[in-house]
Amino acid sequence: MFDSFLLESIINGLLLGGVLALLALGLNLIFGVIDVVWICYAELVMIGMYAIYWLYVFYGVPLPGAVIAAVLAVALLGVLLHRLVIEPVLGTAPINQLLVTGGVLFFLQAAATLAFGIEFRNLGIRMPLVEFGDMFFSFARILAFITALVGVFLLWLFLTRTYLGTAIRAISQDREIMPLMGVDPRRIYLITSAIGGGMAGMAASLLVLQYDVHPAIGLSFGPITFMVCVMGGLGNMLGGFIAAFIFAQFISVGGYLFQIEWGYVIAFCFFIAMMFIRPKGLFSR
Amino acid sequence: MLEVRNISAGYGSFRALFGVSIEVRAGEAVGVIGPNGAGKTTLLRVISKIISPESGQVMMQGQDLRQVAAHRVVEMGIAHVPEHRRLFPRLTVEENLRMGAFHPEARRRFAERLDFVYELFPRMKERRDQLAGTMSGGEQQMCAIGRALMSGPKLLLMDEPSAGLAPVIVQQVFDLVRRIRAEGYTVLIVEQNIQQVLQVVDRAYLLEVGTIKQSGNAADLLASPEIRRAYLGI
Repeated sequence: MFDSFLLESIINGLLLGGVLALLALGLNLIFGVIDVVWICYAELVMIGMYAIYWLYVFYGVPLPGAVIAAVLAVALLGVLLHRLVIEPVLGTAPINQLLVTGGVLFFLQAAATLAFGIEFRNLGIRMPLVEFGDMFFSFARILAFITALVGVFLLWLFLTRTYLGTAIRAISQDREIMPLMGVDPRRIYLITSAIGGGMAGMAASLLVLQYDVHPAIGLSFGPITFMVCVMGGLGNMLGGFIAAFIFAQFISVGGYLFQIEWGYVIAFCFFIAMMFIRPKGLFSR
Repeated sequence: MLEVRNISAGYGSFRALFGVSIEVRAGEAVGVIGPNGAGKTTLLRVISKIISPESGQVMMQGQDLRQVAAHRVVEMGIAHVPEHRRLFPRLTVEENLRMGAFHPEARRRFAERLDFVYELFPRMKERRDQLAGTMSGGEQQMCAIGRALMSGPKLLLMDEPSAGLAPVIVQQVFDLVRRIRAEGYTVLIVEQNIQQVLQVVDRAYLLEVGTIKQSGNAADLLASPEIRRAYLGI
């Protein structure tokens, strides 16, 4: 018997996977290049969501303009994060880097609470449902999926086709000799931080169409993003990309077969099991 | 072309060089020979500013390198083929070569120099899309030299190009050095393989525990009784 609801949840999982992949990619890029985990990554997404909300709802900036401004703002935030918080502790024990970015997480959450209050806010845009046979899909999700894939593709082009992108990949393989190539590692780190922030801003613009924003929204997808990255092998961008789609299927199909909450439980159980079997990630060499 | 004056350098409290001075004139091939741990690699690392010396100065064509940022040394015409080759293992051969041409002037002449490197090392052209880390040691050495040449250097620093290679390949690497010389590059080469290197350079310095012990024409050094006894086992 053909189960169209199952197919619907598989396709929904695929759509969710696109956004998770985008989220994971930014984090993986930062880790792969700078060797630092941005614990506060999802909070940058939260700031981006607020930026769009604020520009769109209060200042009446058209949505595309608000999105571009938010992406640029979060990219700048990424640069500031690197310059002010990470650079001073670069080269010290890794735990210090975790602690400072963890501190930024609480700082951003508290700052958002002070600035915006704890209310749940949304853009007030009702996105249509797309009907396909007897299946329904959220237009916002489809848009997010396509945009995320385009974003991933553009990043891939940048990393493989340009001098700067090649240097970004090279620096993670041998940091010390980069100056011999005429590359200033500090500049590469700042550019990478800007790209990582920009990807967080892009994810924010896709999520704000689907979810209400509140100061703790980072907690809803921060942990998942980390798990996707760890499952794919931290810093392994292709691994993270694939892991995002696997994870999304567990959440979506698991949620359909049991209940929504069970989808997450199953996904997390799978994650824990994988950590025992392949602690360095699904695609570790 | 290159003047190293009275360099002292080290790592933390460990001192590897004690007041070393050497000179390389345009068009020359100069060797720095000596046993393991003599400070040869440190000397090259000071010249290309991977580490800063405690005292002394390095002049490249009259310019004091203390006033040049580390990542701009390559624009001054100094390319460094580092110890153990240090290719980017998960980049392809051609991407490694592209990294060698990172600075703006080199980018403009990328295509032209790529042709030159592929002509010099046809093997690299065959392997252009292969990941550098999957090649043999000798091929990796070619790629590392090619990467350095992509920056359009006036002076090529080579750190132990024969280390870790099979004897047949070592011979090929020294043939390569000869060809690079013939192309008109000025070369400063650091080697433990004294017998071989003295046959390709014009002059050499003998470095022992961080000080220059002897210097002179390659032929004279090759004939010197001390060197023959201590290093060539004759």
